[in-house]
Amino acid sequence: MKEFTTKMSAYIKAISYYLPEKIFSNEDFFKTFPDSITQKENYLRIGVQERHIVEENITASDIGVIAGLNLFKEHNIKPEEIDFLLFCSLEFDYHFPSSCSIIQAKLNLPKSCGATDYNLGCSGYIYGLGIAKGLIESLGMKNVLLITASTLSKKIHPKDKSSRFIFGDASAATLISSSEKNNGLGSFVFGTDGKKAEKIIIKDGAARNPISKDSYIEIEDESGNITSNAHLQMEGTGVFYFGLKTIPIMIEDVIKKEKIKLEEIDLFIFHQANLFLISTVCTKLNIPKEKVYNYMEKVGNTVASSIPITLYEAMKEGKAKPGQKILLAGFGVGLSWGATIIEL
Amino acid sequence: MINIQEFTKGLEAEFEDVEPGTLNPDTNFRSIKGWSSMHALIIIAYIDANYNALLNGADLKSAQSIQDLYKITIEKLK
Repeated sequence: MKEFTTKMSAYIKAISYYLPEKIFSNEDFFKTFPDSITQKENYLRIGVQERHIVEENITASDIGVIAGLNLFKEHNIKPEEIDFLLFCSLEFDYHFPSSCSIIQAKLNLPKSCGATDYNLGCSGYIYGLGIAKGLIESLGMKNVLLITASTLSKKIHPKDKSSRFIFGDASAATLISSSEKNNGLGSFVFGTDGKKAEKIIIKDGAARNPISKDSYIEIEDESGNITSNAHLQMEGTGVFYFGLKTIPIMIEDVIKKEKIKLEEIDLFIFHQANLFLISTVCTKLNIPKEKVYNYMEKVGNTVASSIPITLYEAMKEGKAKPGQKILLAGFGVGLSWGATIIEL
Repeated sequence: MINIQEFTKGLEAEFEDVEPGTLNPDTNFRSIKGWSSMHALIIIAYIDANYNALLNGADLKSAQSIQDLYKITIEKLK
């Protein structure tokens, strides 16, 4: 007898997130960098009022665990339901084992649960959704837990004005589950340009350049930010150029792949890199403001967690609703990018 | 067709902290009071959004005056 099997599709079932308690407000920022007050108007165009900062002894896996616990509690999910754990971060506890092993233990996930880390920044959430879709639709898994976490504040030079203004620490946990409904996670596009790897980089402290005394020599970048080879270096102009060039193309590509028109997208959620960049992209593509949801003011750029945090807040506010086509786009360190179209 | 006067006026309007009438084609844009990396982003965004020409870091570095920016933009549009 022929067996009928329904093809299962992946969709985002639940999201929770976590912000560290300590806040670094704009008031704190302008007290720390009094010379920047003359450029206050320009700083404000980035869209951040305050960011949350972890304590020095807290790691990305620590806050990842808290986001996971929040998810279980908020949405009444049991740890034993999880088939696979994905941990996306730029900062890991040890050279090995993977941080996902530490998280698996702390969240009491079953031993039958597969787990892996992957090292990506602002494009990481899209990659995680893509991998989760593969695990569910090709390998028949039911529940994939995607945890994203950033504690980048610890890797920003104390005198690096631009990065201290932009970045905030945070973690998010997303449950991607199988369902009979279609289009939960639709088409995906991805991209990488390793020739521009140095546009966003921490050069020293890993295998290529072990940390040394020289790693901490202060370097002034073209915009007057002080950093060092042991700290985050980001070439603002280059990254902005990359965003303006890449985002419109990836939007066009993912829409083409989904066989729909730009006007059919109900809501756009971009990685919250810089609201000025997002508004420039939207002007260029004629995307109406009311179709774009941003959530950067109270959190800053939270790297891979920015899209799930923004999506969570859009759902809470009733801006992201079931049945809508929502375009998500992430872009950043790598350089790396990805976009997808989802339905809740 | 774009012209240098409109280009300069449009750019000036983008800088919220610059008084109207301050900039002219010969102005060295880095001499704008409180020049910062954000101003560089504003220039790139202004030219991209209004003239559909994308200047990179090297283009910006090679330019001194608004006239130079205008020339690079025209060159990109060819």
